[in-house]
Amino acid sequence: MMDDLKALYQEVIIDHSRNPRNFGQLESANCHAEGVNPLCGDELTLQCLVDDDEVIKDVRFVGQGCAISLASASIMTEMLKNLSKAEAEALFEKFRSRVTGLTHTEPADIGKLEVLSGVREFPTRVKCATLPWHTALAAINGSDEKVTTE
Amino acid sequence: MSETARKENFNQYAGNGILDVDAIRAQFPILQEKVHGNDLVYLDNGASSQKPLAVTEALSRYYASQHANVHRGVHELSDRATEAYENARKIAQKFVNARHAEEIIFVRGTTEGLNLVAESYGRDKLQPGDEILVSEMEHHSNIVPWQLIAERTGSVVKMIPMDDAGEILFDEYQQLVSEKTRIVAVTYVANSLGTVNPIREMTSLAHEVGAVTVIDAAQAAPHVALDVARLDCDFLALSGHKMYGPTGIGILYGKRELLSKMPPYQGGGEMIRQVTFEGSTYADIPHRFEAGTPNIADAVGFGAACEFMWETGIDTIARHEQSLLDYIHERANQMDDVRMYGTAKLKAGVFAFTLNGIHAHDIGTILDRQGVAIRVGHHCAMPVMRHFNIAATARASFAVYNTHAEIDRMFDALDDARELFGV
Repeated sequence: MMDDLKALYQEVIIDHSRNPRNFGQLESANCHAEGVNPLCGDELTLQCLVDDDEVIKDVRFVGQGCAISLASASIMTEMLKNLSKAEAEALFEKFRSRVTGLTHTEPADIGKLEVLSGVREFPTRVKCATLPWHTALAAINGSDEKVTTE
Repeated sequence: MSETARKENFNQYAGNGILDVDAIRAQFPILQEKVHGNDLVYLDNGASSQKPLAVTEALSRYYASQHANVHRGVHELSDRATEAYENARKIAQKFVNARHAEEIIFVRGTTEGLNLVAESYGRDKLQPGDEILVSEMEHHSNIVPWQLIAERTGSVVKMIPMDDAGEILFDEYQQLVSEKTRIVAVTYVANSLGTVNPIREMTSLAHEVGAVTVIDAAQAAPHVALDVARLDCDFLALSGHKMYGPTGIGILYGKRELLSKMPPYQGGGEMIRQVTFEGSTYADIPHRFEAGTPNIADAVGFGAACEFMWETGIDTIARHEQSLLDYIHERANQMDDVRMYGTAKLKAGVFAFTLNGIHAHDIGTILDRQGVAIRVGHHCAMPVMRHFNIAATARASFAVYNTHAEIDRMFDALDDARELFGV
């Protein structure tokens, strides 16, 4: 079996995809967004509670998709809690650079998201990993538009 | 329709020809490509087939020695190009067994052919309240054009349902056909399931109420000998690139008595008789529907693809692919974690499945790393996915050059997927 496949489908990824964290409805949510990948049919709805200081107090999601998109969504929800909007956006930029292979700068610290860095060897799967983030940022920024990868 | 009658319909295409797969494979240089260090196993033929040398050489020969614009030059090369182009039309006529060459319109592909019928025939004929029947297993390209024209004409699109095997519910279809029915749009072979539909019987029922049938033959063309005279369908569209031909070329067959009364689809050069600012008159069929400089080279390549299929033997191709399908079903049936979609009694070319615990998209990625190309997703048939309450399937689809060993390679790669996912 090829190493890059093993790097992509690490146990942590499989675990998050099977048992996604923060999965379900968030009753106290004050913003939400939907994301779809029309090419493969992945879809998720993300709900957040953002306080007056623009800090994400809670976040949950529902949806279905491939292991990469579910694991990315699951890990993301764990990391977003208690980040400010600006911090969330900055973290996504670092994550996106990592998974798109833009590593000309020093590798940034992306914490737990490191397990998803194998995606960079699979350009067709980058959208799976980034869709939850685009959706989360749309929710936080109050966008009503459905987020789509296409 | 009786089971026996349907089997008879299909069996007439199944010959006894034995296929020399190695000799066939030698005609497809791309099959020698390495993918991620592995020998390519190309099982995405339903999306687009690979091209034999006969086709690429015909394209190259055309450009090297025959090309100019068609139908308007007085010089030698224009004559050669026109002859090559019109000869391709005659080949296409024979390929679908049409009565007349002018019943063949060259289009970009099936999608354009279906849109042409919707726009030209539909716009002209449909009245508010008229009904267009469209089967549940259609590709989006045989749904959306009808929705668009229905919106503009006040007509209504109704769905012909299928059962869980992926077969048209013929009784339901009989119930739906009425005096209001104007158009029945149905696929010959379903791209997401492989079902071969009873086109002749559906057409005959449609004709009883004066409706026309529009057949999407994109997936049928590479696997089934087409015979519009026998089917008696009114329109039939197909794409060259799914049947070993070039991209960007396909044909629309239409009965002469219908086509000759239909208004133009696009305006431009080639399709006119006379143009003045007071008004224009239009050319006869087929040129009325071929505005602008046509895709001459790819039409020539399309002709070469038809000839490739004849030389190989369409019955031989069908028989070979059927044995691949039987084999893949047999192996899949032994796997508890594989669920098949499309278990119709008559199938061609397509094996769609899901694997418990692994999303189709992940299967696609893992197989690709082993050199195995399949399609994953909704296959432009979202109503089919909805029928089965799933978002996506994995689909292996066959061509004449596929082998039983390649199917084994696909199943080996599925074992890798199971190992990675621990299922």
